[in-house]
Amino acid sequence: MPIDAAAAALGSAMTAESPPRTRRQSAPPESPRASGAWGDWVFERTTLFFALLVLALLAGILISLGISSAPALEKFGIGFFFTNVWDPVKLNFGGLAPIYGTLVTSAIALVIGVPVSFGIALFLTEMCPVVLKRPLGTAVELLAAIPSIIYGIWGLFIFAPLFGDYVQPLLTQTLGHIPIIGALFQGAPNGIGIFTAGFILSIMIIPFIASVMRDVFEIVPPVLKESAYGIGCTTWEVVANVVLPYTKVGVIGGIMLGLGRALGETMAVTFVIGNAYRISPALFNPGNSIASALANEFNEAADPVHRASLISLGLVLFLLTFIVLACSRLLIAQLARGEGRST
Amino acid sequence: MRTLSLQAFLAAATIAFGLSTASAVDITGAGATFPFPIYAKWAEAYKAKTGVGMNYQSIGSGGGIAQIKAKTVDFGASDMPLKAEDLQTAGLMQFPAIIGGVVPIVNLEGVAPGAIKFTGPVLADIYLGKIKTWNDKAIADLNPGLKLPSDLITVVRRSDGSGTTFLWTDYLSKVSPEWKEKVGASTAVAWPEGVGGKGNEGVAAYVQRIKGSIGYVEYAYAKKNKMSYGSVQNKDGQFVQPEDDAFQAAAAGADWKGTPGFGAILTNQPGKASWPITGASFILMHAKQEKPQSGAEVLKFFDWALKNGQKMASELDYVPLPAPLVTQIEDAWKSQLKDGGGKALWN
Repeated sequence: MPIDAAAAALGSAMTAESPPRTRRQSAPPESPRASGAWGDWVFERTTLFFALLVLALLAGILISLGISSAPALEKFGIGFFFTNVWDPVKLNFGGLAPIYGTLVTSAIALVIGVPVSFGIALFLTEMCPVVLKRPLGTAVELLAAIPSIIYGIWGLFIFAPLFGDYVQPLLTQTLGHIPIIGALFQGAPNGIGIFTAGFILSIMIIPFIASVMRDVFEIVPPVLKESAYGIGCTTWEVVANVVLPYTKVGVIGGIMLGLGRALGETMAVTFVIGNAYRISPALFNPGNSIASALANEFNEAADPVHRASLISLGLVLFLLTFIVLACSRLLIAQLARGEGRST
Repeated sequence: MRTLSLQAFLAAATIAFGLSTASAVDITGAGATFPFPIYAKWAEAYKAKTGVGMNYQSIGSGGGIAQIKAKTVDFGASDMPLKAEDLQTAGLMQFPAIIGGVVPIVNLEGVAPGAIKFTGPVLADIYLGKIKTWNDKAIADLNPGLKLPSDLITVVRRSDGSGTTFLWTDYLSKVSPEWKEKVGASTAVAWPEGVGGKGNEGVAAYVQRIKGSIGYVEYAYAKKNKMSYGSVQNKDGQFVQPEDDAFQAAAAGADWKGTPGFGAILTNQPGKASWPITGASFILMHAKQEKPQSGAEVLKFFDWALKNGQKMASELDYVPLPAPLVTQIEDAWKSQLKDGGGKALWN
């Protein structure tokens, strides 16, 4: 779902860039036979039906989530979203910890993933020797095809021990002493926690963001870049002043696509996040995310209030994705309005 | 021509319908994940013997209870026994089918499997976060011969709802008033400490990886993976090792008859040899069967499994039910399970 939404944002972003298209352009010009017109009519209605089906499905999911989460929201009210308590025995629930964990892990994923993806895309389009271009591009795309559980297993058995034994103590001893930021790099050095989850997520979203960025960088008309090089621009100046302004909508679309995946990712996060309903500034402490809380507890949630609380979390995730999408739309609209004024 | 094709259609439909009823004798169940391996093994052997298949979906106890209440399956399965009044209101009948145990596992360098001793209150204090290091006096006093490190204890527990967690927390509630008051017992609880692994494999992976950690897993899992377990002091003051005999002893000493719905929880059972963290997994059926035929098939299956499936259970490191208990269960079938007309389903 989040990926689809982000992809939709991306799609519209791309069309916003391309010249306006008339609706009937793709249809064959004035078919001589009447049956052709009928065919058009049927085809249009069929595709319209499919398109509306998506809307109906979305509304259906939203309504059913709303209905099923009602018992919890009635009982705990709006406080459900702002309290950190999760007690299946006394049936007292508040979803702040998983909501926090979801946002923080996704933020870490973006902080690590976006620069790396940008670098990959830039290298592949601007600097890469032709021999390497294809294998590297394919390798990035292959990363996207690895199932998320593989990332989870790899994270738990390979990455977490190495990270816990070597990197984590190092970070705590160095960055941990800086005032304010230092609080982020505390926690038991066992390699499991919010940071590890965010790191695994960043690896998972890099192929998405990188391949979208590469694709949009490639559509920059060579004449623009060549003129810039021609007046003596460095590669960086070309990228910053020509490529990025030309492709910013697509770049944002790619980042949103990655963010969508990070928000909703379940299995890989469950493996390494530590699954504790806890909010702490220290990134090495265990935490929880909405998707992993659902994956963990839904099976055995026999009590209606427990079940409804989990579904409420699902609703929150749905709304979060919606907000992300809305924000990206706003951002793109803002950029489109500013088009032509600056530079 | 038209009538002919109609007849042909009817004939085809009859054949199809006939076939579908023929295959409908297969029984369906859903619920707990803990007993799934043994139910699957029993089902396979039973199908080979009688031709009747048993289709069990391990969707979790919560799901199993919901499914049997909605009557979408012939039987439900739950690791946590339902209370007598809940059984009454839902019109369900409950009986145990298999027994298993939960063992504490540790990751301590230089400590051999089974060498470290725990008492219930010490385990509770570790899980409450009150005992923070391995060389804490409470642990050291129990283990005078062991060299315990000063490492911090990392508590590992299940992140998913589970019957294993129910047994573990139920035991801690019985031995520690503080645990009972602050946390309580259920398939998932508000853990005061620790990191959560998904499933037995998740807990085991964390414990194997994190130095100075303690966790709990099903006995079968600990044994298969040669985990370093600890011995626990039982109600009679004996330190027992987690072994088949110790689980059997706990099951034998339980008051099955006096507990409605066979809902005896086998934690902290008396008896010199009893392993204190033992429990049964339960089957749920509707007391009044709307489809007496499939209800009877379910009973036939469990009759066969409880009387002939012990060896298979032991091979998978489950503990079969003691013979006297099987007799009691079948007596309960006779008196409690009825078809639509009020006739006993089992006799």
